[in-house]
Amino acid sequence: MEKQLINESKIQNLTFECETGNYHTFCPISCVAWLYQKIEDSFFLVIGTKTCGYFLQNALGVMIFAEPRYAMAELEEADISAHLNDYLELKRLCSVIKKDRNPSVIFWIGTCTTEIIKMDLEGIATKLETELGIPIVVARANGLDYAFTQGEDTVLAALAQSYGTKIEEKKKKEVSNTSKNLILFGSIPSPVAYELTNDLLKLGIEIAGWLPSTRYTDIPTLKEKDFVCGVNPYLSRTATTLMRRRKCQLITAPFPIGPDGTRAWLEKICQVFNLPPQGLEEKEKLNWKLLKPYLEVIEGKSVFFMGDNLLELSLARFFIKCGMIVYEVGIPYLDKRYQLSELNLLEATCLEMKTFLPIIVEKPDNYNQLDRIQDLKPDLVITGMAHANPLQSRGINTKWSVEFTFSQIHGFTNAKNILDLVLKSLKGQITVNNLNWKNYNILV
Amino acid sequence: MKLAYWMYAGPAHIGTLRIATSFKNVHAIMHAPLGDDYFNVMQSMLERKRNFTPVTASVVDRHVLARGSQEKVIQNISRKDKEENPDLVILTPTCTSSILQEDLQNFVNRASQESKADILLADVNHYRVNELQAADRTLEQVIKFYMEKFEKDKTIPQIKTSQPSVNILGPCNLTFHVQHDLAELKRLLKDLGIKVNLIVPDGLNINELKLLPQAWFNIVPYREIGCLSAVYLEKKYSMPYINTSPIGIIQTAEFIRQIQDILNSKNLNVNFEKYIDKQTRFISQSAWFSRSIDCQNLCGKTAIVFGDATHASALTKILSQEMGVKVLISGTYCKSDDEWFRSEVKNFCQEVIITEDHNLVANIISSLQPSAIFGTQMERHIGKRLNIPCGVISAPVHIQNFPLGYKPFLGYEGSNQLADLIYNSFTLGMEDHLLEIFGGHDTKEIIKVSNEEILWDTEANDQLKKIPGFVRGKVKKNVEKFAKKNNLKSITIHIMQLCKESLNT
Repeated sequence: MEKQLINESKIQNLTFECETGNYHTFCPISCVAWLYQKIEDSFFLVIGTKTCGYFLQNALGVMIFAEPRYAMAELEEADISAHLNDYLELKRLCSVIKKDRNPSVIFWIGTCTTEIIKMDLEGIATKLETELGIPIVVARANGLDYAFTQGEDTVLAALAQSYGTKIEEKKKKEVSNTSKNLILFGSIPSPVAYELTNDLLKLGIEIAGWLPSTRYTDIPTLKEKDFVCGVNPYLSRTATTLMRRRKCQLITAPFPIGPDGTRAWLEKICQVFNLPPQGLEEKEKLNWKLLKPYLEVIEGKSVFFMGDNLLELSLARFFIKCGMIVYEVGIPYLDKRYQLSELNLLEATCLEMKTFLPIIVEKPDNYNQLDRIQDLKPDLVITGMAHANPLQSRGINTKWSVEFTFSQIHGFTNAKNILDLVLKSLKGQITVNNLNWKNYNILV
Repeated sequence: MKLAYWMYAGPAHIGTLRIATSFKNVHAIMHAPLGDDYFNVMQSMLERKRNFTPVTASVVDRHVLARGSQEKVIQNISRKDKEENPDLVILTPTCTSSILQEDLQNFVNRASQESKADILLADVNHYRVNELQAADRTLEQVIKFYMEKFEKDKTIPQIKTSQPSVNILGPCNLTFHVQHDLAELKRLLKDLGIKVNLIVPDGLNINELKLLPQAWFNIVPYREIGCLSAVYLEKKYSMPYINTSPIGIIQTAEFIRQIQDILNSKNLNVNFEKYIDKQTRFISQSAWFSRSIDCQNLCGKTAIVFGDATHASALTKILSQEMGVKVLISGTYCKSDDEWFRSEVKNFCQEVIITEDHNLVANIISSLQPSAIFGTQMERHIGKRLNIPCGVISAPVHIQNFPLGYKPFLGYEGSNQLADLIYNSFTLGMEDHLLEIFGGHDTKEIIKVSNEEILWDTEANDQLKKIPGFVRGKVKKNVEKFAKKNNLKSITIHIMQLCKESLNT
């Protein structure tokens, strides 16, 4: 019994390809980096090996030194060979965490290793919750199944599944009320969340809350028939969980990235609540006007997404609307149902801007992509750090994709930040190219 | 299980990859889940490598978990063989893949039959060795494999070089200041009339390994990586080796005397004493510097040293022998080198610690309150927190310790660099201290008192605090300007938003 609010046409002309999956991306456990900052009363415990710890220590950079509310439960040989009891070990560590930090919730992040040795995290968590008197949420954000930002998806899906269920059991089942609440899901910085909340308020829609909120204890209760809507393109599991487990109704909309996306997102919600989308058109127009100085520089420039954080489709759509040309959209994973509206908007945008449709490549192969980049010579390649410097040295301009994950990019006022990132790269190129040395790779 | 969020030495496969990627035309294939190929990011970012890191992952995913890797690894090896034409492919297991207990050796054997390249399986246990030990072993494994192969083919030249020559074993990617150290080492050897035969693995083509035995002896500049290979070559080709690191004036002299002994044992009859004397007193500045009046201020100051065995022991000796600084604690995270380290530093510090726990190091530092710390990236941050200056002397380090300028740690120029580093760390601490005593910088800040106060409510204030420092002032000014323009007396989040929308921010 799923209800998804779809009243859109099928995707007509986009081409989807799927390659070998030999691509570079961050491990999904990296989501602790932004989630521990977002949920202020939480503690994240990553249960994994030295490899996981080393990755986090290097990827989180300076954050590590600020006594973060996250730690590794580093598995040693005795844990792997079951000489030690998982339950007792985790109890020991979580007691220490409780004593030192006293969080309202502990998230256990399962990794590849816990998958392979089949550690029963969910089972142990249920036991320990009652013993320690602290909620434990288990999310399996491992590299066997997921890429980079999908880590957040597993955490939010786990939250959506468990949050508030116990409270409901205590209360008698209320008669499902018909005043349908709207809950937004996706972790974005508080100022951005405030802005989107405010935009909805102006249209007469008061939201019941966010998943996640800045505090674990503030997450709204989810009831049957509640409306839910995502703000990030990589949250398909969370969406599915909300629909199937919590019987919520999903509003499928393009994502509020870029003025065009933000407007489409707001309009879609208005449509569901039968409200007129007042003043959105003017607002979008005004925003485009303010972006004009950027657009003059980037118009006609070509972009190639190698793909690693699942924001690629929304960004590509926004860039095309800005007058850029997108050759290829690499993406680790594409849920065509969850991203349906975004795909439709992408198609419509290409039609409107009279440009060709980009090829969408799922599970890309970086080696083949580098070949294609050499042939196409795009003005900008959006890629991970592993390829950024080598491409720069070959005279190909790059932007590090992770920056889009960590910057404020949602809503009307933040479109500027996206273009700032692009412009930094392009402007840098203009400056440096005046020097006449373009190739830093081979001595000619 | 261990509760931690920082480790001094990385996991084993990082060590293997450091060796593999340092050779020319060698490709590493990791048997690993998505996201474990973080090594490529470090290469591109920290060392600013211009080339694509020759590491590919043969991805372990759900299908592999269910059915085993089957042909996948072999296909990936063959594919790389065709694409890149490498001389050697090293199959590198990770923590994850080692639990799967797949017969990777079997894949290697089968892939060898189809590919032009040689194929090796990195032989390291991920739960017993760390990055440094793994690098040491992998280097030995590669050298051994090729020496045996060349023995079979009878392609090894049987004569020594006419001029005395050495191999330098161990310098590889992501080693602390390695390129600068190599340049300095080459200069020193050239002064002594010694030719560098090979540097292994840094930039070496694998087929050149056959020339290893024609050198007179081997040098291992860093204890952590290269010793195993030196021991192997000594056994097999009776090549003597030196693993004294020439860091600091005294150790450099010691290093040169060891070379002298080796050359004399080969009937060359050299004497480097004059050279050592001249370099120490006139060419290098650090010995004179420690006699100069300035350095008297360092006398009796306290320091704590922590790092890898090579650098921490060398720094401990320099501080206590050459500078007269009191080393309260000297420590290392190289647990496997425990005995050597203790015997090396025991006369030069008050206490030795051997630990991998950064919290313990932090607690010791904060309880002893030294005037300066010499350590890794972690100690630098501990120092920041406690307001104690810190000089970074050992990996793990971040991007600022891959400097562009010439900053060796080895040899006579290295000792100059170190003297600067040590002196500046102490004086910075001293300056801060004096400023505190005399009441800070005299900046004469002109403070404008606005006649109408604008109040920020707590929510808005919190929001403001979250804005990065370097733009916070600007944002604050803009919002207040906006408030004034609209005759508002207090600022809320809502007003901040309105201001942002008016796009003056």
